[in-house]
Amino acid sequence: MPFALLKYGLAKEHPEDPHFRWAPELKSTYDVVVIGAGGHGLAIAYYLAARHGITNVCVLDKGWLAGGNTARNTTIIRANYLTPEGVKFYKESVDLWRGLSNQLDINMMYSERGHFTLAHTDAAMRTARWRAEVNKHLGVKSEVIDADEVKRLCPTINISDDVRYPVLGALYHPPGAIARHDAVAWGYAKEAIKRGVEVHTQTGVNKILIENGRAVGVETNRGTIRAGKIVQAVAGSSSEVARMAGFLLPIRTIPLQACVSEPVKPILDQIIVSGSLHVYISQSARGEMVMGGATDPYGLYSTRSTLDFKESLMAHMLELFPFMGELKVLRQWAGMADMTPDFSPVMGLTPVQNYYIDAGWGTWGFKATPVCGARMAECIVDDRQPELLKPFALDRFRTFDLVGEKGAASVGH
Amino acid sequence: MKILTCPVNGPRNITEFVWGGEVKAMPDAAASDDAWTGYLFLETNLAGEIDEWWLHAPTNTWFIARRNTVTDTVLETMTVDAYFARRSGSAT
Ligand SMILES: Cc1cc2nc3c(=O)[nH]c(=O)nc-3n(C[C@H](O)[C@H](O)[C@H](O)COP(=O)(O)OP(=O)(O)OC[C@H]3O[C@@H](n4cnc5c(N)ncnc54)[C@H](O)[C@@H]3O)c2cc1C
Repeated sequence: MPFALLKYGLAKEHPEDPHFRWAPELKSTYDVVVIGAGGHGLAIAYYLAARHGITNVCVLDKGWLAGGNTARNTTIIRANYLTPEGVKFYKESVDLWRGLSNQLDINMMYSERGHFTLAHTDAAMRTARWRAEVNKHLGVKSEVIDADEVKRLCPTINISDDVRYPVLGALYHPPGAIARHDAVAWGYAKEAIKRGVEVHTQTGVNKILIENGRAVGVETNRGTIRAGKIVQAVAGSSSEVARMAGFLLPIRTIPLQACVSEPVKPILDQIIVSGSLHVYISQSARGEMVMGGATDPYGLYSTRSTLDFKESLMAHMLELFPFMGELKVLRQWAGMADMTPDFSPVMGLTPVQNYYIDAGWGTWGFKATPVCGARMAECIVDDRQPELLKPFALDRFRTFDLVGEKGAASVGH
Repeated sequence: MKILTCPVNGPRNITEFVWGGEVKAMPDAAASDDAWTGYLFLETNLAGEIDEWWLHAPTNTWFIARRNTVTDTVLETMTVDAYFARRSGSAT
């Protein structure tokens, strides 16, 4: 609308239409209190309001909106997992992602690039074949391709034999995508707030109030709130918050680091991952090479960066992509990843009544934001574990029903 | 490069070590299934000072470190014998 733009440009006053209308005061009671305003917490609040008409909801965050892992991840979205339980779950997420920009009326820059999991050994080729078959069986596009085909689809990669770990082939997953992570959080927050949900930042939960085995409220640095139901979605702080509710989790908190290069012209369209080399890379819409590797080798509640990470990452990266030698690293950072023993999340009911959990997202939770939000909202409303989430119940560690998700190693996003 | 001090081999590069997780008390063999699954899977995962197992891999030496998981400072490392002698001594 050029005229509208011209008028707007010449006008003296610019009518304000903020994305978020922050609620000034906390009420004393809500139907649902969501702890954690990351993508997951905001998505839960949005689906509670949009799908179930539950709008007396507040989302509390000790920091700022989506300042946790939602804004620290490398934004890879895919469904090419290994276990049938995992593939089904992430497939539903990819389906939701595809319509999300329209649904939330914000441009998430969702961009399907094709996701390549490189294999450098016969064993890795076998796993790729296994994953491809499970994927295809469940309707997820994945296939095994050889090194020449990798080169044809991704001309910048080095498939020479003259390296320490030559590329033998790859699991190729065409729907693999990236998205703008902040926009995901802003979109959910904006649409949830529009429907009456309140989001309170700088509001940390210090205590969960329990009466007769039921969660009834939370104590925050801004006072006490009563709640019909409470859900925690606090990524790297899951164990600490669950402890407030009185139970332990099968989780270790371990930093995961990433870095980006200075921005350059488009040169890499694909998402390239090597689980064996602990390396992954994609190019953002801004032109930065977004890179990550493995988790740190020991538990830590810290977001510090290390030199070891960069060194081990680059050693392999330069063999795969020699052109990277020309680029400078612009930024490096870390997020706290909650690792479970079976590399699968923990979602749903807890030992405490009216208290729900969304945790154990380790290094793989960004891609699950929509499906987790939608299904957790359903779980909270029905007070029952939805079919899709049954395999991911906390109880599985008591009954030995683990979901060994080898398609989710700490590198394989 | 980060240095960790093995109580037997002295200060070494952190890449020589393998993290073994927090020290937990093993339940009695006759304990309930719940006690055993809890021992296997549940973690205290404390943000603060913890006692944990470490392995110096080249010499296959297991030992105990007391570390702050927020500041990443190692407060003390000790042999397994010294650690458990001290624990039983203080009757904990
Ligand atoms: C470097 C890195 C790369 C990653 N790459 C990918 C990837 O490519 N693809 C993928 O799918 N996943 C990836 N992940 C994982 C993904 O980022 C997370 O699993 C996901 O963002 C978790 O979202 P969340 O909303 O649960 O958590 P967060 O966004 O971390 O939100 C949790 C919020 O809880 C708040 N909080 C904590 N304690 C309290 C309290 N006591 N009271 C109130 N609020 C509290 C925090 O302030 C925080 O804002 C990556 C992670 C990292 C660190």
